[in-house]
Amino acid sequence: MKRLLVFVKKEFLHIFRDFRTMVILFLIPGALILLFGFVVSTDLKNATVSFLDLSKDEMTQKLSDKICSSGFFKRGENLKSFQDIDPALRGNKIKAVIIFEKDFSAKLISEGKATVNIITDGSEPNMATMATNYISAIVADFNSELAGGGKAAALRVQPEVRMFYNPSLKSQHMFVPGVITLIMILICALMTSITITREKEFGTMEALLVSPLKPIQIILGKIVPYFILSLVDVIIILLLSRYVFDLPVKGSVVLLLAEAMLYILMSLSLGILISTVSKTMQQAIFISLVGMMLPTVLLSGFIYPIENMPKAYDWVSAIMPPRYFIIIIKNVMIKGTGFLYVWKETLILTLFTLGAIGLSMRKFNIRLQ
Amino acid sequence: MNEKVISVHNLVKKFGSFVANDHLSFDVYKGEIFGFLGANGAGKTTAIRILSGLSRPTSGEVIVAGYDAHKQPEQIKKNIGYMCQKFSLYEDLTVKENIMLYGGIYGMKKQLIRDRTKNLLERLRFEEYGDRLIASLPLGLKQKLAFSVAVLHEPKIVFLDEPTGGVDPITRRQFWEMIYETAARGITVFVTTHYMDEAEYCDRVSIMNEGKIEALDTPAGLKQKYQAGSIEEVFIRIARPGKN
Amino acid sequence: MRTILYLIRKEFIQIFRDKFLGRAIFAIPIVQMLILVPAVTFEIKEVNLCVVDKDLSTESRELVSKLVGSTFFKVRHATFSEREANDLLHRNKCDLILQIPAGFGKDIGKGTPTKLMASANAINAMNAQLSWAYLNGVIIDYNMNLLAREIGSRTFTAIPQIEVTNRYWYNEMLNYNFYMQPGILGILVLAIGFILAGLNLVKEKEIGTIEQMNVTPVKKYQFILSKIIPFLIIGLIDLALGIIIGKLVFNVPFVGSMGLLFLCSTVFLIAVLGLALLISTFSGTQQQFMFTGFFFMIIFILMSGIFTPLESMPDWAQKIDLLNPVVYIMRINRMVMLKGSTLYDIRTEFLALVLFAIATTTLAVNRYRKTA
Repeated sequence: MKRLLVFVKKEFLHIFRDFRTMVILFLIPGALILLFGFVVSTDLKNATVSFLDLSKDEMTQKLSDKICSSGFFKRGENLKSFQDIDPALRGNKIKAVIIFEKDFSAKLISEGKATVNIITDGSEPNMATMATNYISAIVADFNSELAGGGKAAALRVQPEVRMFYNPSLKSQHMFVPGVITLIMILICALMTSITITREKEFGTMEALLVSPLKPIQIILGKIVPYFILSLVDVIIILLLSRYVFDLPVKGSVVLLLAEAMLYILMSLSLGILISTVSKTMQQAIFISLVGMMLPTVLLSGFIYPIENMPKAYDWVSAIMPPRYFIIIIKNVMIKGTGFLYVWKETLILTLFTLGAIGLSMRKFNIRLQ
Repeated sequence: MNEKVISVHNLVKKFGSFVANDHLSFDVYKGEIFGFLGANGAGKTTAIRILSGLSRPTSGEVIVAGYDAHKQPEQIKKNIGYMCQKFSLYEDLTVKENIMLYGGIYGMKKQLIRDRTKNLLERLRFEEYGDRLIASLPLGLKQKLAFSVAVLHEPKIVFLDEPTGGVDPITRRQFWEMIYETAARGITVFVTTHYMDEAEYCDRVSIMNEGKIEALDTPAGLKQKYQAGSIEEVFIRIARPGKN
Repeated sequence: MRTILYLIRKEFIQIFRDKFLGRAIFAIPIVQMLILVPAVTFEIKEVNLCVVDKDLSTESRELVSKLVGSTFFKVRHATFSEREANDLLHRNKCDLILQIPAGFGKDIGKGTPTKLMASANAINAMNAQLSWAYLNGVIIDYNMNLLAREIGSRTFTAIPQIEVTNRYWYNEMLNYNFYMQPGILGILVLAIGFILAGLNLVKEKEIGTIEQMNVTPVKKYQFILSKIIPFLIIGLIDLALGIIIGKLVFNVPFVGSMGLLFLCSTVFLIAVLGLALLISTFSGTQQQFMFTGFFFMIIFILMSGIFTPLESMPDWAQKIDLLNPVVYIMRINRMVMLKGSTLYDIRTEFLALVLFAIATTTLAVNRYRKTA
């Protein structure tokens, strides 16, 4: 035990001495949280639209003003003819073109009907659907203004909605759990796999193996410092989300931290497993970064909801540990549920951890013989 | 022995306030085996790195192969070979691939590289190793090979920085035979070492201590001057003057 | 020139001598592209609905059957207990609850306004808003039916209505694969080149082979180029494979000029490989490079506009994003492949990439010291 402590201390010194790695270790989670909190969001804002107004009357003026003052859209250059549409969209300067047909007001008055045509850039499907939906909604609103009375009066059945867990509809509720999940697995797996393969590659592992330390102690010595550092990372992220985004932990903090420890342990074991299959640091980095980054971002439900994926992906994402941790963290942190609601996910993560440790122990022993 | 290939006057190299080379002055002649002897940290490696263009002198005149180390380090590099103990060759390339690479870098024609490769492998009795990875060779073979590659392009001078570190005595002996052959072809050999017996094989030896050259002469001359039986005794007298 | 060829040859031998890496650089992008592209979409397939119908009248059943009939909603649960419904929401068993109060049918019969209550799981704000909007649409429809039935007997006075029609250009069916494939392929090609090239240079430093290079007459630009060109070639091969497979599997159209796309990709790769080498000249160990590189990469990718719209970022962030090369290549890929944009259309982006490539490679050559 004492030997182990000495060894852990040595590993800690290694990490702290490398100042830059230390800085980045804390910079990455902080930067990502702020990035998602303040910078990127999936909402529509300031999309540039151009008008092809073939009528140019009071009504089209009013409607286009209404669209541009909504905050969702920004007025781009006005188009003169249908021929202008393709170059404008192709040049990527605008996201949508709104066309008012000829004699717009006149038709509306005489026939009670006029048409607005929206052309969006389908090469960005998400933007295209959002723009179409928002413009349609603005036009619908305009319609009810035209009808004179408020829309509500005309409606017999009036629906109301309560947005649970996130009444102000902030996207941070999605991203904070996602960032914790993503960062922990990447950093932990990367760190452990690199530090172990490094000893292998430079031959220093041999020296450790002939020392009186048992293999399990060597591995423990390697992961304990990262375990502590990662836990500090989690706490930093939780504090940032509490005080910067006003997103506190609704459930039990102790439960959340315990689950986080389990997840960190799982990620560290994954790192050990990677290190047993890679011969060089290059390979380890390649597996843990190129191999894992995109799948973790895209298949864990971090940005793209798993429910939206094709059916077969239930199986693909079932083998992605981050998926379960995201569920746990959303439950405990945002919904405030207790252990009873997440025991299944906890069990699965535990199994992943044991599996990874078991596999690496076997590999490790084989290599020693 | 009259053509100067290296000429150094008052070479000073400082790292911050630490003086690694303190006013070194010496000349080296064509075809000579010139030894640089000193304890670890005496400033040997710093000096050899300046001479081979890897590092710039703080002050002083340094001319190597006719070029100024201040202004023309890249010209110097064209005319020298270099080998150090820490690294020999690319471990994940085969013997032949390494030779091909360095030959190519020094602008040798393909056919010439092939001829010299064949020649070199024969001379070292290495034929069967040609397609082996460097990583799979024992250290002694690696070092001999690294030396051969360093002189592949027939440079004017070859710099060897502790070339025999960690090598067994038999291989060291063979290594020095290679050095003699090389010098006999007219290539100047500039070698640093902390093995005292190796210093005896040099034409002239300079002994460094704490950044200064304390003595420079032929091995015989040094032994005579310090009235010592071996270079080792000479070295101990210089390095620890108070104790004798 | 010959020197560079020898150096490039050496790099290729080293890359492919590592059996794992030699395969992984081609297998990983292809496999990941195939798996990831169909997975990522914001398009909601279905919303699990729980109905709490406390009325059980003809009217309430009519409304529920309307919801059952829509392809968007799946009525998974029906219960009379609010608590049970809330618990289902808690357990993620449903996304949306619709409560129909007792007396709903009676109120409609009497013609008095009546209320419906919906509850959504809004952790994913976007999904919640969208499902709510769809539900609202169904209810408005239901309203209109009621209104039409009532008015049907009386004289129909036309209310002026503006109709909206819409079309999606370049991707009529709004196939998400068409959008994701160029993006994911771009990221993979970027990640592989960036990491391999950067690690490669640091590794030479770490094991000391760079010293032997430094003492040869190899010029600085030759050395840097010999580190860029192999990974550029690998990146372009990956790209070509990706495009072919994208065409075969996802049927992603290729409207524009193939030559233009490869020209732009070449410039882009030179820019990011230059950046990787620049970072590696600042790093002493592979670990250090990795973390600095990872930091840049993840920020570049997340701010590239592929996963979230660029326009919704604050102004200052959009200004910073001008320095993000990934933004330009993402736009170019999509524009050239799907819209058939020409060099004239993408001139700004292209120019930005050229400047980038010049800047990073020049800096890398400058920062790389042949002296210690």
